[in-house]
Amino acid sequence: MIELRGVHKTFGSNAVLRGVDLTIAKGTSMVIIGGSGTGKSVTLKCILGLIKPDGGTITLDGQDVTRGDRDAFLARFGMLFQGGALFDSLRIWENVAFRLLRGSLARPKAEAREIAIEKLRRVGLGPQVADLFPAELSGGMQKRVSLARAIAANPEIIFFDEPTTGLDPIMSGVINDLIREIVVEMGATAMTITHDMSSVRAIADHVAMLHGGKVRWTGPVSEMDATPDPYVQQFIHGRAEGPIESLR
Amino acid sequence: MILLSPVAGLGRMVLGLLSNLGRVAIYAAQVVSHIFRPPFYPREFLHALMQIGWFSLPVVGMTALFTGGALALQIYAGGQRFSAEAVVPAIVAIGMARELGPVLGGLMVAARVASSIAAEIGTMKVTEQIDALVTLSTNPLKYLAVPRVVAATLAVPVLVAVGDSIGIMGGWLVGVQRLDFNSAAYIKNTVDFLEMWDITSGLLKGAAFGFLVALMGCYHGMNSGRGAQGVGRATKSAVVSASVLIFAANYLLTELFFS
Repeated sequence: MIELRGVHKTFGSNAVLRGVDLTIAKGTSMVIIGGSGTGKSVTLKCILGLIKPDGGTITLDGQDVTRGDRDAFLARFGMLFQGGALFDSLRIWENVAFRLLRGSLARPKAEAREIAIEKLRRVGLGPQVADLFPAELSGGMQKRVSLARAIAANPEIIFFDEPTTGLDPIMSGVINDLIREIVVEMGATAMTITHDMSSVRAIADHVAMLHGGKVRWTGPVSEMDATPDPYVQQFIHGRAEGPIESLR
Repeated sequence: MILLSPVAGLGRMVLGLLSNLGRVAIYAAQVVSHIFRPPFYPREFLHALMQIGWFSLPVVGMTALFTGGALALQIYAGGQRFSAEAVVPAIVAIGMARELGPVLGGLMVAARVASSIAAEIGTMKVTEQIDALVTLSTNPLKYLAVPRVVAATLAVPVLVAVGDSIGIMGGWLVGVQRLDFNSAAYIKNTVDFLEMWDITSGLLKGAAFGFLVALMGCYHGMNSGRGAQGVGRATKSAVVSASVLIFAANYLLTELFFS
């Protein structure tokens, strides 16, 4: 279980997180929604330790994430980045098997390649892409490779940062279905950041909406449409009019 | 107050410079401390060695060839004023080995390598590849900076040695073809006057310059700002700071070795 209590983060004079409280139960899929600049990515990066929060606590199974063995902590995570973040200089299979080729999870090269090809197959890519470089693939294929890399070491927790950004609606649907299938199949805890409401409905067990640096609303996805919260209603229906100010 | 504002500006500039120097020193200490601690990345090291050493050979060789030739012409023209044309082989050899070989070699590597390292790492930062490395339990400093810094520290002395040889050959070519020196006498003069310390000191300078070049490329790349403009600024800063540091280190090492 991941728990955030009173997490604060300020960049210069911009207070992005102003006391975020959030609980993600083990084996569930939490989707965080909210407008641009509301601190969704900052929240995710604080959990991973990529950004150090100014205040508050973040625990994983009761243990403070800032203490203990960092490698062992990170080995429990997989992450799909918004832009894929594939390493340009490495072949596709080497990207997927990155964690399996070095560090505490290292294994023989042939075995790592075999696992990479199996993970590529799991996300719908054939072995013929294994020896290509990321620049030779389309955006959708890169997203799939990034997903394969995120699941390569069978992590307990997977983070998805805007998994469908920049993809056409059909490819978005394919990625959403893949994420849902993989999360259920692996029994992993998942946390997804997205603006895409079709992703929310396809991926989420629970939804949390960030606004003003705090969690504005959280609950099961089945209750999202019925909530009277005007912020949630404006966001999920994409209305220009409402309590969330928009620039025109 | 208006009169004080330039002083305040100067103060801010000096403070900024000092804090940058402190950050670079801490970064350098971190890189050096990680050189001897596992895990090691031999594949990344060999790749960097090829990129920095092997692929810099043509540009360093061409620079040395023309510099050696021009040096021979200049020394001949200057030596003529007091009938000392015969010193051309010795001065070309000593000048190339002690100063021009390492400094020009270092500058060419700075232009070619510091820029490419800063642009590559800066782009990796902008596209979240550095964050991805961290989430894959890999220390970016260890994976990206250490192999490049070690490779440059080892490769640049070799480039300097090759550059020295080609530069001396450039002087010999001009001496024999344009200035009517006897080929055997030119070579004998070069060998007689050149001492082992002339060569060794140049190679040590090369190692120091290689370290600085790769360090600046990695430091500015890792601290790159956002977007294309941020990467462009990091690349420019890497080349400028590496070049300035090469000149400063050259003076300090010359004081240390020869004063």
